[in-house]
Amino acid sequence: MQFQETFQNVYNFEPAYFIKRTNVNEIIYAVIALCGTALVFAVIIFFVELKFKVIEDPLIDQVQELLPGANCGGCGFAGCRNFAEAVVKAKSLDNLNCPVGGNALVKDISPLLGIVAVEKEPTVAVLRCNGSRTHAPQKVVYQGASTCYFAHSLFSGESGCPFGCLGLGDCVESCKFDAMYMDKETGLPVILDEKCVSCGACVKACPRSIIELRRQGKKNRRIYVSCINKEKGGPAKKNCAVACIGCGACAKACKFEAITIANNLAYIDGEKCTLCRKCAPVCPTHCITELNLPERKAEKAEAGAETTVSES
Amino acid sequence: MKTFNKGGVHPPENKISAKEAIITLALPKTVTIPVSQVLGAPAVPVVEKGAKVLAGQLIAKGEAFISAHVHSSVSGTVSKIDEVLDSSGYKRKAIIIDVDGDEWMPEIDRSPSLKKEISMGRDEIIKRIHESGIVGLGGATFPSHVKLMVPPGKKAEILLINGVECEPYLTSDHRLMLEKGEELLVGITILMKALEVKRAVIGIENNKPDAIEHLTKLSKGYEGIEVCPLKVKYPQGGEKQLIKAVTRREVPSGKLPVDVNAVVHNVGTAFAVYEAVQKNKPLFERVVTVTGKKLKQPCNLLARIGTPVSMLIEQAGGLPESCGKIINGGPMMGKAVSSMEIPVVKGMSGLVVMDEKEAPRAKLYNCIRCGRCTTVCPMGLEPYLIAAASNVANFEIVEKACVMDCIECGSCHYTCPSGRPLLDEIRVGKSKVGQIIRSRKNNS
Repeated sequence: MQFQETFQNVYNFEPAYFIKRTNVNEIIYAVIALCGTALVFAVIIFFVELKFKVIEDPLIDQVQELLPGANCGGCGFAGCRNFAEAVVKAKSLDNLNCPVGGNALVKDISPLLGIVAVEKEPTVAVLRCNGSRTHAPQKVVYQGASTCYFAHSLFSGESGCPFGCLGLGDCVESCKFDAMYMDKETGLPVILDEKCVSCGACVKACPRSIIELRRQGKKNRRIYVSCINKEKGGPAKKNCAVACIGCGACAKACKFEAITIANNLAYIDGEKCTLCRKCAPVCPTHCITELNLPERKAEKAEAGAETTVSES
Repeated sequence: MKTFNKGGVHPPENKISAKEAIITLALPKTVTIPVSQVLGAPAVPVVEKGAKVLAGQLIAKGEAFISAHVHSSVSGTVSKIDEVLDSSGYKRKAIIIDVDGDEWMPEIDRSPSLKKEISMGRDEIIKRIHESGIVGLGGATFPSHVKLMVPPGKKAEILLINGVECEPYLTSDHRLMLEKGEELLVGITILMKALEVKRAVIGIENNKPDAIEHLTKLSKGYEGIEVCPLKVKYPQGGEKQLIKAVTRREVPSGKLPVDVNAVVHNVGTAFAVYEAVQKNKPLFERVVTVTGKKLKQPCNLLARIGTPVSMLIEQAGGLPESCGKIINGGPMMGKAVSSMEIPVVKGMSGLVVMDEKEAPRAKLYNCIRCGRCTTVCPMGLEPYLIAAASNVANFEIVEKACVMDCIECGSCHYTCPSGRPLLDEIRVGKSKVGQIIRSRKNNS
């Protein structure tokens, strides 16, 4: 007893092993009081829930499960959940596209929504500038903040081309799928087709809108104009050897009306292009890129080469 | 001695060309006159290709409220109206004139005699300044007539004349004060009449004792004009800093100098006003300092608007072999030019030729949060924060950090021990936030 008092005086609290001194009733009251409060709140919450119940379509969860979950924003929504909500609300996939999931996703989602899957041609990002260090030599040296966004607002670029790639890699930075890297030699970004999911982040990141999402094409074969320079021929050529001068030779050579010339610039419509390869040889500045197409055979065998391409 | 209280830096002055008298530059063969030489809407050309023009003839009309007319600086034939490169490498519309003789508009008084009596009234003066296409010649190129039209409900009490020239290297204003003192003071009297103020103060930093002495002596003959010597500190030539230094008044955030009853004009502008009002001569030539440590003959040139920069460099002894870059403006606020063929414009106060050793920027390190940029910012902003937020395109924070109050003086960038390109990043943030604010206004 003496020990106990001393202990209390020194430490001024009651240790746990003296619990038998406390009234058991006190514990019981506490338990009852807490249980009672819990019950009251449970009842309140029950009625509030009844009153403010949010009825959510279970389909949304199902659709979200199927989505890639990268939250890349390629669909135009903030994240995959928002996309799923939009899809379920619209009950169709018109104008709604998850570029990452692609056709496989459409196939999975369509039965849930009770619609027929329509296969879309996959697209991929292409760089419409070929102004590498050799084609568009450096005229000035830029030493400011090293992002394209800054450089674009400050000056026209090291080569002097006000439309060309600045080579500071905002697009590479924006890519969430490791599908781009900067080629140190050319100073241009490189897009890896197999990793590109066509989410469009790089398109938005580029302050000069150089990157375009184009039809992927069979066997990754694509023909496009690697230039977006809208200047007249002379000034454009002054800064870059492979600039489009808007001469119109390619448009004349095209039999499918896939090429249009506007603002001193040729554009090949990916939907109309049949990969006939008539345009590239007539281009005086070689600004039309043929991607993943076989090497041209000697001129005599050209006719043969064309047929094989159009068959493929 | 007076100065502003917040922040500021002391860059090496390097006023190499301070002793060089102003030389009139020979006429070029062709001039390229950009239609946009003003902080505001570009002017609209009123001449056709092939038209004969005289020096001083109106060739482009600034129709918007904040805009300024552009006059031909030479006599000759308009060879074309085309897009030409500006100092940033982008194309801007310009009128190109082939020079033929030097015939001025007949109403321009070309005699060098001083004309002291001011015959015009207030409205006439402002109209004449508007017609003469005068813009702020300190570098910001804000149309001067707009500054003179005090909005209703506000009152100007004091006119401040900016003879600070705090940018290193530049000496064009300094020379102007020494050589055209009388004209300058008449110009100031005209501006006082236009603003209906009784008092004008010329602020001059005390690294120009000769100019202070000269103008103090001359100003005795003019009523209400005094000279205020100021302690050397960059950026004292900033409008708000000068007001603070001379009058101890602080312009509140987002307000104009006239809200604290002050109006500021540059000495170059005051001289242009004298020429426009007394001699009927529109603004088509200006003093440009061409300087640099390695230049053979650093000089102050009176050049016609539209003269190619290469001609000015030629006059200064040609480009030295070890040239690293040419800066349009002073080294603190100027921009490096991307071509030698860009023309002289109204806002070009100097060309600084940097040696290849001093031209490259300091090596870039990470921000160490030392806070020096915050200490030196004359507007009391947090440059590191604005730059970082602008870097990640978070413009809400940029706006909240009062980026619109930034005067782009470059003190933060100058003082940064890590060599961060703070001013570049802030400029981008500022232009973007400006856009956002404008579109918000248009939408509401």
